[in-house]
Amino acid sequence: MTQPELPPPASGAAGDDVVVDVRDVDYSVGGRAIFSGLTLQACRGRITAVMGPSGAGKTTLLRLITAQVSPERGQVSVWGHDVARMSGRKVFAMRRRMGMLFQNGALLTDLDVFENVAFPLREHTDLTEPLIRALVLTKLNAVGLRGAARLMPAELSGGMARRVALARAVVMDPELLIYDEPFVGLDPIGLGVILRLIKQMNEALGITSIVVSHDVRELASIAHQSYLLADGRVVAAGTPAELNVSDSPIVRQFMSGNPDGPAPFHYPAPDYRAQLIDGKDL
Amino acid sequence: MITASDSLVLSGLRRFGAVTLFLVRLVRQIVPALGRPRLIIHQIYNAGARSLIIIMLSGTFTGAVLALQGENLLRRFGSEEALGVAAALALLRELGPVLTALLFAGRAGTSLTSEIGLMRATDQLTAMQIMAVDPLRYVVVPRFLGGVIAMPLLTMVFDAVGLFGAQLVGVQMEGVDRGSFWSQMQSAVELRDVNEGFIKSIAFGVMCSLIAVYEGYHTVPTAEGVGLATTRTVVASSVLILLVDYMLTAAFL
Repeated sequence: MTQPELPPPASGAAGDDVVVDVRDVDYSVGGRAIFSGLTLQACRGRITAVMGPSGAGKTTLLRLITAQVSPERGQVSVWGHDVARMSGRKVFAMRRRMGMLFQNGALLTDLDVFENVAFPLREHTDLTEPLIRALVLTKLNAVGLRGAARLMPAELSGGMARRVALARAVVMDPELLIYDEPFVGLDPIGLGVILRLIKQMNEALGITSIVVSHDVRELASIAHQSYLLADGRVVAAGTPAELNVSDSPIVRQFMSGNPDGPAPFHYPAPDYRAQLIDGKDL
Repeated sequence: MITASDSLVLSGLRRFGAVTLFLVRLVRQIVPALGRPRLIIHQIYNAGARSLIIIMLSGTFTGAVLALQGENLLRRFGSEEALGVAAALALLRELGPVLTALLFAGRAGTSLTSEIGLMRATDQLTAMQIMAVDPLRYVVVPRFLGGVIAMPLLTMVFDAVGLFGAQLVGVQMEGVDRGSFWSQMQSAVELRDVNEGFIKSIAFGVMCSLIAVYEGYHTVPTAEGVGLATTRTVVASSVLILLVDYMLTAAFL
């Protein structure tokens, strides 16, 4: 596949190539606006963190980037190509250059760990069996699960499944790696391992990474650039250090995990007292 | 103004159109999917071999009941020797393909729908798409072909054990002459009777497998969604089997 022509570098990231460029995107589901005027970029070789409270549309953003859905307005470009205008063949060609770690791992349940990691190699390459074996074992060793190669997904813990999924996501040596909530439900050891792996792969292989999460502290330790989503748009952008000292009330609320602030903790509801004591309908 | 019945018709037509379009997408992926024969053989095993016990048990008892009822009826006319022909024609042309298809819809169809539906609910299909692998080619087409190939094979088994059951009850228990039972069957059953059953089983195989994979692929990704899709598979398959059976029978007669 030929390398598509790259767009000019994004402002504020001088010298960096923009790999993912989301410009002024509107998107809604069932009449409810998820994004209105969303704009952000992810640059080559950098770890870009996308943070935000639950329901802010973080996973939807990944669906837009991977061309699973199309924006109603605006443009999502990956390697300079508008993903909404790509043919099915081109979308698949683009996806071969990216890897994605799903929140739940999304391992294929009828294949064992080894075959799960080997799956993209078998589908997209003509490599010999010894070479596939060597590559898969190398990736499994990197995530510490070489010994679990013959286990089925049902026999793995949540953290192990996530690590296998990570091995599968990188087995094709992608240029862009997308992580959807990689830290959810991990014990401190698993969390540390995943954090270290994300950082190592970025540093050693120069993989462009987009990490979607609401784990502020973990992200702050590895991200080069952070975006905070709320109300369907980016409410703050900068390095984690910049966000930490931001004066913006919503940024301060999110970074400190405070339930009181501009971002409501409670879903809109009738008066608490009226509902609890007067028996008002739900 | 659109009435409730119009709306029902419109929604039915829309669904028919969606299933037809899905079939077109499947057919376009059949040739590439044939490049992975192991996947298809595995699905023939899943849909076919794993249904064998229920098919053989049902076939035996269907043949046995057919013999009991047939013998009772034919004895009134003094022609119980024709039991072999009656059982063979009923099984080959009608009961074999129809009952096999109904059993297939209940066992293999529900299994296909829930398996694909759970793959949808657990993001496995999305993960394949992100890995640039078309789930239609890798997951759906092998299961569809497995069902289409398994159905006539299961029908043949059903017919064979059904005849064995009819012979067991008619000849061994009710005392119908063994020679008449087999010789009349041999002389009266024609190739077109076998063909009718075969064509029906192919049609039911395509229909049941298509409904099962369509419902699974379009499952709402929740536990309730998988349950509803499985129910829709059984209901739609069962009703359509009987409807299409009537149409095919009318065409053959």
